[in-house]
Amino acid sequence: MSPPEPVEAADFSASEMMIVAAARELAGRHVCFVGVGLPNIAVNLAKLTVATDLELVYEAGVFGARPARLPLSIGDPTIVTRATAVTSMFELFGFYLQGGLIDVGFLGAAQIDRFGNINSTVIGDYAHPTTRLPGSGGACEIAINAREVFVIMRQSRRSFVHRIDFRTSPGNLGGADGARIRREQGWLGAGPSVVITDLGVYHFDAGGVMRLDSLHPGVTLEDVQGKMAWLPAVADRLIETAPPTAEELRLVRDVLDTEGIYTR
Amino acid sequence: MAEAIAGSVHDGDTVAIEGFTHLISFAAGHEIIRQHKRDLTLARLTPDLIYDQMVGAGVARKLIFSWLGNPGVGGLHAVRRVTEGASASLELEEYSHFGMVGRYTAGAMNLPFFPLRSYFETDLPVANPLIRPIRSPYGDDLVYAVPPLEPDVAIIHAQRADEQGNTQIWGLLGCQKEAAFAAQRVIVVVEELVSDDVIRADPNRTVIPGLIVEAVVVEPFGAHPSYAQGHYDRDNRFYIEWDAISRDADLLEQWLDEWVYGVAGRAEYRDKLGDERLDALRPGSSPSGSVDYGDYR
Repeated sequence: MSPPEPVEAADFSASEMMIVAAARELAGRHVCFVGVGLPNIAVNLAKLTVATDLELVYEAGVFGARPARLPLSIGDPTIVTRATAVTSMFELFGFYLQGGLIDVGFLGAAQIDRFGNINSTVIGDYAHPTTRLPGSGGACEIAINAREVFVIMRQSRRSFVHRIDFRTSPGNLGGADGARIRREQGWLGAGPSVVITDLGVYHFDAGGVMRLDSLHPGVTLEDVQGKMAWLPAVADRLIETAPPTAEELRLVRDVLDTEGIYTR
Repeated sequence: MAEAIAGSVHDGDTVAIEGFTHLISFAAGHEIIRQHKRDLTLARLTPDLIYDQMVGAGVARKLIFSWLGNPGVGGLHAVRRVTEGASASLELEEYSHFGMVGRYTAGAMNLPFFPLRSYFETDLPVANPLIRPIRSPYGDDLVYAVPPLEPDVAIIHAQRADEQGNTQIWGLLGCQKEAAFAAQRVIVVVEELVSDDVIRADPNRTVIPGLIVEAVVVEPFGAHPSYAQGHYDRDNRFYIEWDAISRDADLLEQWLDEWVYGVAGRAEYRDKLGDERLDALRPGSSPSGSVDYGDYR
């Protein structure tokens, strides 16, 4: 990659910063299971920048996708043409995911708690919800069987909550015990390792608790605290996320999301 | 199509119109609506627009599913209207994708359950008590089990089949094979009817054998607005338009009147869409390499 050219904070949106920061987290990773929505564009950007050897895995049954356009959904025909392999969903979930071949599962979420447990099923009571969300899809098994899990989502007091309304996809469970329970029950996955939002980047401490490590340009700690229901743990050396390079922005705007579906 | 649906789909049946984003038989779903079927249990990993339309039209009593949305766009508002708040009236039985695939697989293989390493420490087994933990008979391993799903009818859209129903699919395969083998009756809907020679020239591509197929229906563009690999792309404009239509019960009713009840069948639906719209969905070409099976005598 060419050295980053400086881009002013006024010249990119919070969504663009989030997608770029998410893509950068995939540097060094090899096999990534691509979730619905925001993960789709972040992973495709990583493939064009920091992780050109990344194997894109889609739950629809594709290993080694080479999409020629940003897939409209995770079942787009462009993920099939020129892919390494097209499989049944039985093989994809059974052999590739449950068989332990996925390095990173990249998920979105409606609600998350400080331990990285995710809700994508309902807001409110299950039988009579105020909002019926899509449900698990493959997220539940990705959270259990992918070696690690990345999460990308917009941050608000409604999405970063004390207690999620429904646990669709397990994260670090109750915190320190999470790793032990995962081990004892024979899960392959170590759980969530990074959460990228429109405000910053979080990793998890040894106790399985989300820790703010990086603030996006122009975002303050107060901004972050105003958009989550708990007081976040903050890294000793809180850094500022490097702004998007001109090349990253060009790829997002002119190649991946020409209609601004994800970046508006 | 009318004959196939009338003969195979009965009120109260469990119906699986499968196809993961790809090859969704909207043609069959619309015919089920036109024939005013009632009290159906609709099974599909991703209910998609077709089950939103069928729920909106009042054919369904229950959904069995794993992901409930308009892929790449948002929610399914006809389904949401009958699943949210105090007036929730549609019964839901939900799994994860692998759970649904496992259910069809157990159904296809005549097994009492399918084991999988999903659902640990989640609320899904609470929401759906049919998801149950079991111990391995060979050690202490804990896994979860899901029960077999054997639909009364599976409806599968495909690129081509011969008159016996030997069916070939390329592109995303989803779990059509598992759903078809699990079902009591199978209807295959194809873009193109081909001779037995075409099927036999490439037997690796056959997903469903005529052995289990009850009816073959030829219906070009029968998966519109979803897509058929190599034939036409998803009509994304409609997926976006559906969001506004399905938010409003009256608009949805008007849409059904115009595009489902108001047409005799798929041929009229195609004419109504017009060649310009359909032609714009045709992809460029990317043919497969061919292999030599060898001639052994």
